[in-house]
Amino acid sequence: MTTATTTIASASSTRPSADAAHMKFRKDRRINWWLTAVVAVFSLTILVPLYFTVVTALKTPAEAGSFSLPSSWQWGNFAAASAKVDYPRAALNSAIITVLAVSLTLVTNTFVAYAIARNMDKRFFRFLYYFFIAAMFVPFPVVMLPLAKQMGSWHLDNQAGLIILYVILGLGTNLFIATGFIRSIPVSLEEAARIDGAGTWRIFWKIIFPLMGPINATIAIMTALWAWNDFLLPLIILTDQSNQTIPLAQYVFSSQFATNYPQAFASYLMAMAPVLVVYVFAQKWVVGGVMRGAVK
Amino acid sequence: MTSLTNADQQARAMEDVLANDIDTRRSRRPASKTPRKRKASAFSDRKVDHAYYWMAVPAAVIFAVFLYVPFIQGVLYSFTNSQGYGDYDWIGFKNYMALFHDGRVGHAYLFTFLIAIAITVLINVIALFLSVALNGKIAWKNGFRAIYFIPYTLAVLVIGYVFKYIFMQPLPALGKALGIGWLSESLLTSERHAWIPIVFLAVWQGVAYSVLIYLAGLQTVDTQVYEAAAIDGVNAWQKFWKITFPLIGPFFTINLVLTMKNALGTFDQVVALTDGGPNSKTETVTYLIWKGGLTGGEYAYQTANAVLFFIVLAIIAFIQLKFFSSKEKV
Repeated sequence: MTTATTTIASASSTRPSADAAHMKFRKDRRINWWLTAVVAVFSLTILVPLYFTVVTALKTPAEAGSFSLPSSWQWGNFAAASAKVDYPRAALNSAIITVLAVSLTLVTNTFVAYAIARNMDKRFFRFLYYFFIAAMFVPFPVVMLPLAKQMGSWHLDNQAGLIILYVILGLGTNLFIATGFIRSIPVSLEEAARIDGAGTWRIFWKIIFPLMGPINATIAIMTALWAWNDFLLPLIILTDQSNQTIPLAQYVFSSQFATNYPQAFASYLMAMAPVLVVYVFAQKWVVGGVMRGAVK
Repeated sequence: MTSLTNADQQARAMEDVLANDIDTRRSRRPASKTPRKRKASAFSDRKVDHAYYWMAVPAAVIFAVFLYVPFIQGVLYSFTNSQGYGDYDWIGFKNYMALFHDGRVGHAYLFTFLIAIAITVLINVIALFLSVALNGKIAWKNGFRAIYFIPYTLAVLVIGYVFKYIFMQPLPALGKALGIGWLSESLLTSERHAWIPIVFLAVWQGVAYSVLIYLAGLQTVDTQVYEAAAIDGVNAWQKFWKITFPLIGPFFTINLVLTMKNALGTFDQVVALTDGGPNSKTETVTYLIWKGGLTGGEYAYQTANAVLFFIVLAIIAFIQLKFFSSKEKV
């Protein structure tokens, strides 16, 4: 104990200049309140519209339009809006589509990425890699019209078709994110399992897939946000009103509210609420996951 | 078992068909330079387990069916006069000729490019500023990060409806109160100003993701560089332009390409705010393809437009690639 303290004391005493510099940085680490104020003011551009949505949703039509709190809280707006856009059905559709799209993406895209990442030295797999990645650069509007027609002719103009499209259209990006990660997993792990007699599929499910945890989280978060919030795909694929997702229902029924803006806002708030609630609780996790995808 | 070998053979056949000029420099296993009798391959001769083909090949087939086949179909339809149903005839390049004489299409392209540039510039300027601030010595850092990321989690269409109302009622009221002429009327109904809300919404929603990429970039910067700079008495402005910005250069490139790509496909914002109006002045190319192709009976004509759009975007991507790769050499 005493020896340890003396070593530290002597070590710091031999480097007085470094110590002084360190002290200087201590000082520098003080919070910059001016910058904090600027950041806080800027954050109002995000918070004020959200606040406006909440208070407007709770007003009477006559009161709407100002930023003040409602004089009487109109909770009935939510029930009325819910009935007009058939919210429970739309929410159920969105939930089913999102959950299945995320699970199927995780279960399928990962092993495609694994097969390609482990065989990049073979010409065929390298070709496949570019084959999948190239599609990332084909803008969606280019295939939109023929795709909508084709999905209709295959009777896939429903939730099932939409789920399939999310799984397929996401493959390029997911592959891009996952291959780098898989290649950082040492091959020796697999070789040991192979000697023990495990096949490639078994190795993937038992060893690789569990190790892909962080990247799977990234893929899951990004796919979930995309499938839940997407408007263009449901718009061109879903033909039956009973299959509508939340954003599509907002679009289709937007004229229902006429000038009853508080009811419309109640509907918008209900459309945004599920993601916002999840985000409030899993905020760190969501931001971290998307950031990992951004850095790749 | 037979089908398994079939898949393997098909795979091998494809392997042979492929040209040799694929870049192999980054290949995991260094290639042997020894020339072979029939074909000189830079790829390894290692035997690949069949299971790997079973993992990748079916996915490739499904991928082709849902993406590449529609793409080719689209190209074929663009040479017909199809309305999306019923009989049609081949009409050669007539659709393409008509596109070049169509003022509405020309305006959509011009409008798309102008707002894409505005959106890209604004998003990157704001995101750079915010990410540096959020990475700085501020209080309640994680809370602010969480707030700034909220727009990314919202559906553009839904928050777009919220902004539509804000642009229609409270904002003109504010304009009147302040006596600002151009703000006293709704921006959405003005032919000259309707682009502003669209750009605003795209920026409002798009900044979040760019901030995240820049933050990821800033975290790769070694703080010792700043300590050294601080000893040299560098001011904040110099610190950003001489140290931070060059160090996060690659992230700037990624952001420019990504935001530009998203901005060129602007669609939800237009549907939510203006529906292409007033007087078709705010139609983007994507909006026009959807509107004309799926609801306006111009199916083949708009597929031709889509093919043209693809060519234009490919050229832009190529220029970006050339520009940035030449810059990175410096």
